[in-house]
Amino acid sequence: MNNAAITLTSQPAIAKNRDLSILAMLVCIAIVAPLVIYPVFLMKVLCFALFALAFNLLIGYVGLLSFGHAMFFGGAAYISGHVVKVWGWSPELGILAGTVCAALLGLVTGVLAIRRQGIYFAMVTLALAQMVFFFCVQAPFTGGEDGIQAIPRRPILGLFDLSNDYAFYYVVLAIFTFGFLVIWRTIHSPFGQVLKAIRENEPRAISLGYRVEQYKLLAFVLSAALAGMAGATKAIVFQLASLTDVSWQMSGEVVLMTLVGGMGTVFGPIVGAGVIITMQNYLAGFGEWVLVIQGVIFVVVVLAFRKGIVGELQAWWQRRQNQKG
Amino acid sequence: MHNGSVELAVKGLNAWYGESHILHGMDFEVHKGEVVTLLGRNGAGKTTTMKAVMGMIPSRKGSVQFEGEELIQLPSNRIAKKGIAFCPEERGIFSSLNVYENLTLPPPVKPGGMSLDEIYEIFPNLKERLKSQGTKLSGGEQQMLAIGRILRTGATMLLLDEPTEGLAPVIVQQIGAMIRLLKEKGYTILLVEQNFRFASTVADRHYVVEHGKVIDMIPNDQIGANIQKLEIYLGV
Repeated sequence: MNNAAITLTSQPAIAKNRDLSILAMLVCIAIVAPLVIYPVFLMKVLCFALFALAFNLLIGYVGLLSFGHAMFFGGAAYISGHVVKVWGWSPELGILAGTVCAALLGLVTGVLAIRRQGIYFAMVTLALAQMVFFFCVQAPFTGGEDGIQAIPRRPILGLFDLSNDYAFYYVVLAIFTFGFLVIWRTIHSPFGQVLKAIRENEPRAISLGYRVEQYKLLAFVLSAALAGMAGATKAIVFQLASLTDVSWQMSGEVVLMTLVGGMGTVFGPIVGAGVIITMQNYLAGFGEWVLVIQGVIFVVVVLAFRKGIVGELQAWWQRRQNQKG
Repeated sequence: MHNGSVELAVKGLNAWYGESHILHGMDFEVHKGEVVTLLGRNGAGKTTTMKAVMGMIPSRKGSVQFEGEELIQLPSNRIAKKGIAFCPEERGIFSSLNVYENLTLPPPVKPGGMSLDEIYEIFPNLKERLKSQGTKLSGGEQQMLAIGRILRTGATMLLLDEPTEGLAPVIVQQIGAMIRLLKEKGYTILLVEQNFRFASTVADRHYVVEHGKVIDMIPNDQIGANIQKLEIYLGV
């Protein structure tokens, strides 16, 4: 009993330190990764990993399944593409503009959707995302089917040249790390504890005196803003903002990434994004069959390891520790 | 025994779960500094009364006044902010938070709440388990945590729903001592109980609830004279 108490006692502190040391390790790997892996591919993984992290903040820690996160990702991509290409803004301002617009869109969507839960919440977000999609099809500035192409990569802060993929890679890595730390800090703050309490037992959280709608809305806006940051960065990376980014398939893909990696785990979405993007890139030869393979993987994950890759690893590690103790 | 002013006044309280009508006009009062129990069989509406007072049942009618203020129209979180704290039967410990996080989660509602040190003094077990996950505690410890965390908020009226349910006799005694201590400190307590032998060791008055109505009120000093009547009411 005493032994058990002691191991339990040290767990949360260790968990926090462990997360940060894993992040430090990942960043170290990421710093040298472009030596062996194509940097544009790595940037794509980082952008989608950030997108999945933002999505996971909502589903993993608040228990809200949004099926419209593409509107923030794609919407921000269009905004940053437009302000950089047409208005001649620098990339950092473009990404900032995309993030702010996604946050505002998140605020409006959140106010409308947050009162409902479960399937209704998912459907309201999906409906609003479809409205954004059709707006993007029709609006003149998005270029319709063509999207916004050839978005210039101007020097960042007016100083550093970004036309070199290697240089830009480190900027994207910095943006990703910033986003990760924001999310990490959020889930370990008192605010994050209230979110977890709401996810677990909403009526109880209300009867303790919390206005849970405000907490959910704030989490939703934060998630939208970070998804927007990921989309805006992606637009600059690929110099392209297109309808793919804002379509409902993109909302589905982020769900898939999060589930494969491990919902509600700190690193799961990163792993999930890595797996899915790798498949899309390296199995591209199979053409449309990639979708079928993705579908099969999704089914296997749901049936065989529901906690996702990272979730299962964590559970395995936990079991091993318990056996030792 | 209860010279204090009326702290909680419930009049004609009706409540529904969907189509089923559960409370049929509950009437009772709790005076400041008093410990009052709602006794009754399973399904009599005791827990529902607490939830209806707390605003956790959307469909309710009648009047619930706390310190002279009408609460029936307010949402649950606003009621909590008035200084009423509810400790549900299932305890509502958040399993993804540790003991410390569970203790500090409820927002302060009024000045004058207990400090963590005072809470540890009442519940020394909690202090030893601060970093443990909330639901890894024993049943008794979970109950202490559930009560401890609402003492920090400054709430002056406590609604305790069967705090002794499923606990070992020695823990039940501890909970009893704690309730008497809280009464000494000036808390007003409404207690739901099935076990009137326990209730008679802590309470000032007992309301007997049946079919969603108060059918009798027995002051604790007359419980001896009414023991047969009570046994019939409660079916023991």
